[in-house]
Amino acid sequence: MATETQEAVGEGLADATGVAAHQAGEAAGMPQLDLSTFPNQIFWLVVSLIVIYLVLSRVALPRIGAILAERAGTITNDIAAAEDLKARAADAEAAYDKALADARSEAQRIAGEARADIQADLDAAIAQADADIAERTAESEKAIAEIRAGALEAVNTVARDTASELVAALGGTPDADAIGAAVDTRIKG
Amino acid sequence: MATEAHGAEQGGGLSFHPMDQFIVKPLFGDGPIAWYTPTNVTLWMALTILAVIALLVLSTSRRAIVPSRGQSIAEMAYGFVYKMVEDVTGKDGIKYFPYIMTLFMFIVCANFLGLLPASFTTTSHIAVTAVMGFGVFFAVTILGFIKNGTKFLGLFWVSSAPLALRPVLAIIELISYFVRPVSHSIRLAGNMMAGHAVLKVFAGFAQVTAIAPIAVLGVTAIYGLEVLVAFIQAYVFTILTCVYLRDALHPAH
Repeated sequence: MATETQEAVGEGLADATGVAAHQAGEAAGMPQLDLSTFPNQIFWLVVSLIVIYLVLSRVALPRIGAILAERAGTITNDIAAAEDLKARAADAEAAYDKALADARSEAQRIAGEARADIQADLDAAIAQADADIAERTAESEKAIAEIRAGALEAVNTVARDTASELVAALGGTPDADAIGAAVDTRIKG
Repeated sequence: MATEAHGAEQGGGLSFHPMDQFIVKPLFGDGPIAWYTPTNVTLWMALTILAVIALLVLSTSRRAIVPSRGQSIAEMAYGFVYKMVEDVTGKDGIKYFPYIMTLFMFIVCANFLGLLPASFTTTSHIAVTAVMGFGVFFAVTILGFIKNGTKFLGLFWVSSAPLALRPVLAIIELISYFVRPVSHSIRLAGNMMAGHAVLKVFAGFAQVTAIAPIAVLGVTAIYGLEVLVAFIQAYVFTILTCVYLRDALHPAH
């Protein structure tokens, strides 16, 4: 738009102002090769580059570098902490296993002791009982022997009495010695 | 002559002014352009600075361990250029990282701002890119002599080549060395200018109803390409800077 108006001015007035003619000529060729704008572009470029360099080197790059380093540090620390926790968990598991094994062997030991105690008690009780039984048996045998002796005596007495009575009843005179000898003979078989 | 050319174009019913977008104009009034005059160059370079600050400073102000979107972009840009410097130049090139980052951020922001409609692309001007290109060239050459003394000339003396070939190669190497800043700067300015001019030409064709759909499609396609070019040219400029810097630090082939 601007160039068109300048162009019109250029066409209308043969002696256009220097600026207008200059602009029109510029529009036709390559503006890149218009040397008159070079100092301006170079000046502002240098200013821009310096500003960007200062911003980057003073603020942006140290900050981003710090962020990246901090992140790397955090990740490394987290991994180390995780390793540490893992090792601790393994330790805890080992301790648990050890405690379990200890408890099991202790229990086995206690059970064995108890079994031995009970066995000893049992043995003592059995021995006592055996002794009691033997004593009672002896007593019983003695009683039986007494009873048996008593019975033989009684048989002997009854046999003598009976024999004396029989002799008296048959009209004889019982002779105690003869009857005793006969009874003894018969009882012995 | 110029006015005649314009008249002929307008007579044809089409008005193409693909180069008008590159004209440097004063921001206030209509005067001659002195070196200090605030022009559209000033405006768009200031916007570039603001873009750089917004990208790298404002977005990282929270210094979050878990980054926000903006902070991620800043970190990616940092990591991208840092890794480039480290990989291409080597560990001893890291101390020049802020300078290279400055160049990269300026070029990439200026390129992308230039893609806004009705904007002015500062990097499409050879004056701008040549200052950067020659700046890199002189900085690298002076640095090479400071760091390596006369051994820096070993860059031109290809010791792995047969002795008879070495003088010839030295001349070729010397020429290629001095062409570096020219190609370095013209590559960027040329790419930016050509892309924007082609966009304008396609936009001009959109004035004709019959081919307008094709022209609009063309504008869209070229714009997509230009987005790519805007980044790639910034990348290329930066990585070549790193390569030249490596040559200065380690001149032996």
